[in-house]
Amino acid sequence: MNLLILHIAVPSLTALAIMFVSSQRQVRTIAATGMSIQLIQSLVLLYQFLQERMSGNNAEVLFTQSFVWYPSLGINFDIGVDGIAVAMIMLTSIVIFTGVFASWEVNNLYKEFFISLIVLATGVYGFFVSLDLFVMFLFFELAVIPMYLLIGIWGSGPKEYAAMKLTLMLMGGSALLVVGILGVYFTANIETFNIIELSKQAFPIEMQRIFFPLLFIGFGVIGALFPFHTWSPDGHSSAPTAVSMLHAGVLMKLGGYGCLKVAIFLLPEAANEMSWIFLILTSISVLYGALATIVQTDLKYINAYSSVSHCGLVLFGLLMLNKTASNGAVLQMISHGLMTALFFALIGMLYSRTHTRIITQMGGLMKVLPFLSVCYVIGGLASLGLPGLSGFVAEMTIFVGAFQHNDIFHRVATIIAVSSIVVTAVYILRVVGMLLMGPVRSEEYNNFPKAKWFEKVATVSLIIGILVIGLAPLWLSTMIWDSLGPIVDKLVLK
Amino acid sequence: MIESVPLNQVLIVTTLMFFIGVYGFLTRKNLITMLISVELMLNAVNLNFVFFDRYLFPGKLEGHFFSLFIIAIAAAEAAVAIAIFINLYRNIRSINVEDVNEMKN
Amino acid sequence: MGYQYTIWILILPIVAFVINGLGSGKLPGKISGWIATVAIGISAFLSYKTAFQFFGSGSHEKIIAVKTTWLRFNEGLQIDMGILLDPISIMMLVVITTVSLMVFVYSQGYMKGEKGYDRYFAFLSLFSFSMLGLVVATNLFQTYMFWELVGVSSYLLIGFYYDKPAAVAASKKAFIVTRFADLGFLIGILIISFYTGTFDFDILTRPEAMTLPVTATFLGLSTMTWALLLVFMGGAGKSAMFPLHIWLPDAMEGPTPVSALIHAATMVVAGVYLVARLFPTYSVLAPDALEVVAFIGAFTTLFAAVIACTQFDIKRILAFSTMSQIGYMMLALGVSGYGGEEGLGYTASLFHLFTHAFFKALLFLGAGSIIHAVHTNDIREMGGLRKYQPITHILFLIACLAIAGIPPFAGFFSKDEILAAAFATHPIYYIIGTLVAGLTAFYMFRLYFIVFWGKSTSYTHTPHESPVIMTLPMMILGIGSVVAGLIPFGSYISSDGVPLKGHIDWVVATISVVLALVGILIAFKFYKTESAKPEAISKSFGAFYRSALSKFYFDELYIAITKGVIFRFVSKPLAWFDRNVIDAFMNLIAAITNWVSSQIKEFQSGQLQKYAFIFISGVIIILLSFLYANQ
Repeated sequence: MNLLILHIAVPSLTALAIMFVSSQRQVRTIAATGMSIQLIQSLVLLYQFLQERMSGNNAEVLFTQSFVWYPSLGINFDIGVDGIAVAMIMLTSIVIFTGVFASWEVNNLYKEFFISLIVLATGVYGFFVSLDLFVMFLFFELAVIPMYLLIGIWGSGPKEYAAMKLTLMLMGGSALLVVGILGVYFTANIETFNIIELSKQAFPIEMQRIFFPLLFIGFGVIGALFPFHTWSPDGHSSAPTAVSMLHAGVLMKLGGYGCLKVAIFLLPEAANEMSWIFLILTSISVLYGALATIVQTDLKYINAYSSVSHCGLVLFGLLMLNKTASNGAVLQMISHGLMTALFFALIGMLYSRTHTRIITQMGGLMKVLPFLSVCYVIGGLASLGLPGLSGFVAEMTIFVGAFQHNDIFHRVATIIAVSSIVVTAVYILRVVGMLLMGPVRSEEYNNFPKAKWFEKVATVSLIIGILVIGLAPLWLSTMIWDSLGPIVDKLVLK
Repeated sequence: MIESVPLNQVLIVTTLMFFIGVYGFLTRKNLITMLISVELMLNAVNLNFVFFDRYLFPGKLEGHFFSLFIIAIAAAEAAVAIAIFINLYRNIRSINVEDVNEMKN
Repeated sequence: MGYQYTIWILILPIVAFVINGLGSGKLPGKISGWIATVAIGISAFLSYKTAFQFFGSGSHEKIIAVKTTWLRFNEGLQIDMGILLDPISIMMLVVITTVSLMVFVYSQGYMKGEKGYDRYFAFLSLFSFSMLGLVVATNLFQTYMFWELVGVSSYLLIGFYYDKPAAVAASKKAFIVTRFADLGFLIGILIISFYTGTFDFDILTRPEAMTLPVTATFLGLSTMTWALLLVFMGGAGKSAMFPLHIWLPDAMEGPTPVSALIHAATMVVAGVYLVARLFPTYSVLAPDALEVVAFIGAFTTLFAAVIACTQFDIKRILAFSTMSQIGYMMLALGVSGYGGEEGLGYTASLFHLFTHAFFKALLFLGAGSIIHAVHTNDIREMGGLRKYQPITHILFLIACLAIAGIPPFAGFFSKDEILAAAFATHPIYYIIGTLVAGLTAFYMFRLYFIVFWGKSTSYTHTPHESPVIMTLPMMILGIGSVVAGLIPFGSYISSDGVPLKGHIDWVVATISVVLALVGILIAFKFYKTESAKPEAISKSFGAFYRSALSKFYFDELYIAITKGVIFRFVSKPLAWFDRNVIDAFMNLIAAITNWVSSQIKEFQSGQLQKYAFIFISGVIIILLSFLYANQ
């Protein structure tokens, strides 16, 4: 059976199986088992993919399969993956795997929680494996909708407001997407939604000018494109741990992935022509997000704003429209996914002990919770781009790629983006200094339970991911590089 | 006898009847009065059917059948409506139409 | 015989880091210290072996011992991980492993019984690894990577006592200031890579590359000059050059052996090493940038020396002295030319780096030994320690003589070369250099006399001599401080690889030695026994003295800029703007939608008769319009 179908089938079956059990123990065992299987088969997929590539299979997408779904409109369930999709699937598997462990102690409506969580993951997998714009969109919505329930029911703080805001803004993005997708479909007029087929069409520039911004902003909203990023702080701060992890770690990446694989891939001329507008927006969001982070005091807000900065860098890299920077952008998606999932997991774990997320009310956690604190420091160092951890690889690739443009505009944008590394250092060290270091804040901290086994599983798996990419990035970078060929070469040809 | 009553006079009567029904339906607050108004409109239509059938297609019976159907349906409708009213009255102690503005309860 | 074994010089410390890091808190007893020490010991041994093999072969050609692609950016640009062996990198290997080994051994005594013993050695090993990786880098990006790693190890070690707020603040400051400098470094790398299409030192510093057709200019200087200036900014940050020096004095919050290793002997000279590594590029493509290097170096050396005369914290005095000495090295690099006698400054700079590593590490270890005994950093609370700590006393004296440039100690030879190089190019630099030589002697002996002679302070518990495990490394460094200057350095290291005949410029030497002796004499007069003279003199300088005491208010200035301007006037408003303008705009859209719906929801009142009325009116309107249309 096709491995990609299994990637959708396993989570679906897991969700289904959870419906038929009742105790919390069974629910989480099934969830953990299902997601472990998923992680393993993602590794197998990665291995097989590299194997195929090594044996000289240079097809644009591998493991393709097509099922007719709605013939009269040309909607097929087409699946297939390239290197970027494989990398993103790998990321998703790690994050959902750790997400299950991070929500080990959800006590309220745990069954429904895990079902929603896994349905969300199914949507994400479906999005990454589909080649058909329509099906892709369908899965996109499948990933967004459970978010509403997950935040609205299991969230904290002003959860209804946050859930509503997040869902509505993402829906607004989806509305633009539908228009964009239909525009592409009807202009091409070849009765198919298949991306590969559509990419062979030459779209008239007038049409591209209309639909490129629609598609780019539509995906950009979920990728935290400035100024459509404001759902992120509220959404993340209200969401339960695993949902924040999955959302910031994976769902926000749907935005970058879509921008690259749909907007830029299908409408290259408009991308060339209009990239400057979005480049300004993303350069702003990179520095702006970082500067706004400095003064935040809520851990989740800190992470949400820093995500705005880091995801801004993803779009920034993509908009540089060359292979190196795009490669960096994809690396940044993965790196940020792992890193931010780690952060949110840790924030959840710390919160379950301290019952506050305000850093000024905490301090000296290093002494009482050494394991979690060290993990936090590692995450922080990855976030500020320490060599040997994933952030460095991604950021440097973006910067070097961006600097290959010779004109002043791109140069200045790059320098603005580069200067965020200082600001990042400032806020990371501020948090580490206030939260982890210094004297132990209160007596009762000494009674905190040490890190539990499932917490260790969650953090350690993410750290391993960060380390693997940080220490040996060449294979991943090459895999992405090869897949970027068809996308970016179209831009260069012009 | 037929010739002695022209169609337009009959139509004036039925139209009046119909709009009296409409007026009643729109202005009366009591649900039962409103139901009666509805009956009035239905009967105006019945009369129209019968008269048109008689004047335009003498020898055919479709109009009469329609009237019979409507009478039957009106009876059924009245039964259902009154059942609803009774239930309403049980719930909210009122059959004033203005009190019935929510789907809840 | 090949040089592949040099890879182990790097691997061993990182293995020690991993073992100690993962086993932190679980390793029994002092095993972590031994793991780290043995690892660095073998590294040191291998470094010596490399040095003998390399310099013994008579050839000074670069050798790439190991090289592997780590990350590829595009067809041309890639980051390699490799080991580049040439005279300066091997010299650095020797210096780093030697000082590291000494410090590791010393730390076993110094840190005995401290909480976080494992963690301490893990971080030290990480630092040694990063520093070694930095010096053997084959390309600019590898340098940058290890550059960041040494930065973070420094951060971790300064903040070692993480429950002490001062240490946390200091570590943060050190990291952020150097990070800011690294921003310049990174942009410099980006510019260089764009114009040359490579990161590789081999190509960047090859004579053919020097005629690169870089014609682009920016604000009147060639882009290459800008790029190299930015790279120097990175170096200046790491080497605590003015105006990026503010982190170094605070960095003294770390454990003293850390200060000895990182903030005196090795990491802080990374900036000098970086400029030296790119020296051919600097001197041919961007002589203007070298002028800046010389100016900054000269300024810093004077600036730091003046401040050092006024401080009372033993480690801060040494920190300012370090800044001053690194200023010397930068000055020497800045005035140097490329090749032949012109290149004296280059040799002198690295020579001073070499000798300075020994005596400054010794000074810090000595200071550590003193602090260990008296539990304070303030020299006003010390005095008469020569009776209690005879070994430390002698070694400290040797180091002081070495840094003061008294022959035949190591500092004399290297300082003399620097001054000679400055004399040959620019009299002002020479005058500053000589003046600072006098100042150096003064403040070092001020420290020496106050601490070891001076009034006998009554200690709460009698100070004792440090254990052998601490004094032994100091003795070895002491031997180094005496003999390191006798090495014919120029025949090993010169700007163009052709051996440089070393000789002593007697005029320059005599003047500087006389000035140094005068400095010592003044210190002797003032501080040998307690006297009111220093007080009186400092009074006579008035405002100048006070500002030097407060380090010329640079800390306050930076605080004002970062906290006052960026935090309060940029970040706060931005965060506010985000919440109250952008987000409010989104909320406004939602609110408008809400309002519209609340306006039209009246239609859906639930009033049956209203519906019916609208329905019937609608029907009538439609009917009428049909009638009207049919007419």
